Amino acid sequence: MDTLYAVFVDPFAQMIDMPDFFLQVLWEGFVAGVLYALIALGFVLIFKASGVFNFAQGIMVVFAGLTLVGLHEKGVPAWLALILAIAVMGVLALAVERLVMRPLVNQPDIILLMSTIGLTYFLVGFGEFVFGGEPKQMITRELGLPTGSTAIEIGENGLLILQHIDIAAAAIALLMVAGLGIFFNKTRIGRALRAVADDHQAALSVGISLNQIWVIVWFAAGIVALATGIMWGARSDVSFALEIIALKALPVLILGGFTSIPGAIVGGLIIGIGEKLGEIYWGPLVGGGIESWLAYMIALIFLLFRPQGLFGERIIERV
Amino acid sequence: MFYRESGQYKTTYESDQAIFPIREDRIGIAIIMAMALITPFIASEFILASIMIPFLILALGTIGLNVLTGYAGQLSLGTGAFMGAGAYACYKLATIFPDINIVVLILLSGVFSAGVGILFGLPSLRIKGLYLAVTTLAAQFFLEWCFIRIPWLYNYNASGAIEVPERRGFGDLILTGPSATATTRYYVVLAIVVVVTLVVKNLVRGRIGRQWMMIRDMDIAAELMGVRPLWAKLSAFAVSSYLAGVAGAMFVFFYLGAAEPSSFGISLSFQVLFMAILGGLGSLVGSFFGAAFIWILPIALRVGLPAVGVDVGAEIIFQIAQMAVGALIIFFLIAEPHGLARLWAIGKEKLRVWPFPYA
Amino acid sequence: MNARIQHVELHAADDGLKPGDVMLNIENVSLSFGGVKAITDISFDIRKGEIRAIIGPNGAGKTSMLNVINGFYHPQQGTITFRGQARSRMQPHEAALSGIARTFQNVALFKGMSTLDNIMSGRTLKMNTNFFWQMLHVGPARNEEIAHRLKVEEIIDFLEIQAIRKTPVGKLPYGLQKRVELGRALAMEPDLLLLDEPMAGMNLEEKEDMSRFILDVNSQMGTTIALIEHDMGVVMDISDRVVVLDYGRKIGDGTPGEVKANQDVIDAYLGVSH
Repeated sequence: MDTLYAVFVDPFAQMIDMPDFFLQVLWEGFVAGVLYALIALGFVLIFKASGVFNFAQGIMVVFAGLTLVGLHEKGVPAWLALILAIAVMGVLALAVERLVMRPLVNQPDIILLMSTIGLTYFLVGFGEFVFGGEPKQMITRELGLPTGSTAIEIGENGLLILQHIDIAAAAIALLMVAGLGIFFNKTRIGRALRAVADDHQAALSVGISLNQIWVIVWFAAGIVALATGIMWGARSDVSFALEIIALKALPVLILGGFTSIPGAIVGGLIIGIGEKLGEIYWGPLVGGGIESWLAYMIALIFLLFRPQGLFGERIIERV
Repeated sequence: MFYRESGQYKTTYESDQAIFPIREDRIGIAIIMAMALITPFIASEFILASIMIPFLILALGTIGLNVLTGYAGQLSLGTGAFMGAGAYACYKLATIFPDINIVVLILLSGVFSAGVGILFGLPSLRIKGLYLAVTTLAAQFFLEWCFIRIPWLYNYNASGAIEVPERRGFGDLILTGPSATATTRYYVVLAIVVVVTLVVKNLVRGRIGRQWMMIRDMDIAAELMGVRPLWAKLSAFAVSSYLAGVAGAMFVFFYLGAAEPSSFGISLSFQVLFMAILGGLGSLVGSFFGAAFIWILPIALRVGLPAVGVDVGAEIIFQIAQMAVGALIIFFLIAEPHGLARLWAIGKEKLRVWPFPYA
Repeated sequence: MNARIQHVELHAADDGLKPGDVMLNIENVSLSFGGVKAITDISFDIRKGEIRAIIGPNGAGKTSMLNVINGFYHPQQGTITFRGQARSRMQPHEAALSGIARTFQNVALFKGMSTLDNIMSGRTLKMNTNFFWQMLHVGPARNEEIAHRLKVEEIIDFLEIQAIRKTPVGKLPYGLQKRVELGRALAMEPDLLLLDEPMAGMNLEEKEDMSRFILDVNSQMGTTIALIEHDMGVVMDISDRVVVLDYGRKIGDGTPGEVKANQDVIDAYLGVSH
């Protein structure tokens, strides 16, 4: 009885008791969700255009952030460091296409997935080699991003604190999603991307250059990674610990489907908010720290009922 | 040349279905086994304790993953946690039954990890491919959390780590604990790995292994031919996590000596996955190749670079090793997606038809 | 009993039915996916010992029909009676257990396995040594493996594929893959064999071979056969009765001669002038 009360009643009573705290938790979850969604967005971009499940997206976020901060540490002005970081992501895209994707075209999915895990290892070693392994401070102020916070009064003496950088992160995420949506659906290259995603050979046969398309998507994913790296770095540090957090993008993708941009956003928010609520209100019941696996469990349970994801079509198996 | 099957006629299906139907292979395996047996007499303590023992144990873990991913086609990113389940189970068993031979307990601890594996394998009935990989990640992080949050598992130690107690067996021989010699541990590990590998080989060449491969290659056709996917997949999960559990228990009891939850983190899962892929999915001999390659390469770099005069810090060497492993994985995937085992098979094929380029 | 010298023969199980009795009866079956109707109200039967062809233009619902028969799809309406037993929502492996085997339109071999292993996989249901013996691979497990190898070798001889016994099937040309697939189905010693376009993509010689195999299986092993085929010459030559589908409906049923004379069938194949 006590257990039932602790699981089904008490958490909700707490939520109603302290609405400002509840809203604060929701907001934290929302922001975390936005950042998960941004990482997932990078996955979706590459998956849509090449069917490659890019495991390295998480490390690309770290790598992009490290490049930016590392260059600034070496005395490069912030604006130039930003441009150079973008350029580095461009070079990375070219290198990945030339050295990994092109030789592996038409290989089974699992081989491509493995190659991106290899890429992850390489980038971790390379990043540490060039910039060192210790966590770094994001150059938030130098990039002209807002700092500080706004407090909103709730009820009689409740307070909801919104960090400006979080608001900026949400806004930038929104802009990127809108931009990518237009890019995918309204432009010639976007159409080519979708064609490639559907069928490599058919796309080739109508004169679409696979190599060019791949460079473009990897570059776009690199820019998304840079934006994610800046936002996430501003909230904590730029460090390789982010890599584990980036794995959270996987359950996000499960919920949203591997090819859906809105799915990535919705999935990210569900995971972000769900795991924050779970950790704060239900976590103490089992000793806390459930944030490390709750996202995967949510995805797992969800999958059992809808194996095709939130936005995926029902699969009809044929023989 | 010297490797040739012509003239070796088989008059029974029994001899045709032997594990090593070709005489040269039988001679080869006998030589390898003899070398494995005399290794402690010629190798240094360092080679035995830091290379051979972990290599053999990880090879067994790789075989475990290979059963699941290579033979049954179910991708798993949770091998590390299943190894951990075996290690903690063995630790508890050793605490509760101090008088039973530790080898028995190690083989028994796999049963617990097999149970855990079956539990997390249940979703595989509805979930396929990459989606399943995410559910194995759930197992990985959930089990890691259990190792931290359930103090009973580590006997309420203040450090939160498990330390291997001293256990004797086979007539007062010290098998585990700080005072067990590398030679003793090596022979125990070698015996377990050889016997278990033989058993797995028997499984994969019989009806059960064929069912796994049927599910892997074409699950729909397999079902229409009478394979029950439930049974085939769960048995693969059970056998795979049994092997991982035994490997995990040995990893702590015969190699690490003490372990904390992070010993069984996601990086161990990836390490074993790399061993399986580089060695060749669906190949037992490949599991040994892959484990040797991934385990020895960083050590070779660490020892080799200073030896040839490149003297940089240990940290830099670690980073270089990581880059090298990453780059080599990509290189291997491009050069031979089916891993070292395929290269091995191609080499043997070439020898068989030598001096002609093809048969 | 020494398994090595025992003489074995492949044949369909004795189920008490005499040749000509109805083996499989399909009544008013309808199947749809979402709003798309694949099969509408189809009834026909398959009699023991006959070769029954299912023909029709592309998209007529032929493969869906086979999928319904062996339990891969579950029809929304209608009943299927196999050897006198009506069944509802049968799972594919249960169909296999009750003696229904099939081949596939696009070869569905186990690509990572050799020809021998592929055909051995057809014996899965007939093998039953337990896990323990399998681990040791001695005694019952090894004897069983050898006994079934004998049967498989018979099939290999029958289909004349001895030379490719140990070749991975992925390396074989298409025509041989089709033959191995037939061998895999035969290894199940089925009472009812479903063949989905066994001759698609074959040249004349390969078609003649395959026709001969089908006729031999039918007459020597007593296996009832239902086949989908587009080559009208072959269908009219080897089948006893033909059912014609078009847009998921049955438009003709009878001996090859009757079907050829059926006006609906002629319209469906040649088109109607308006």
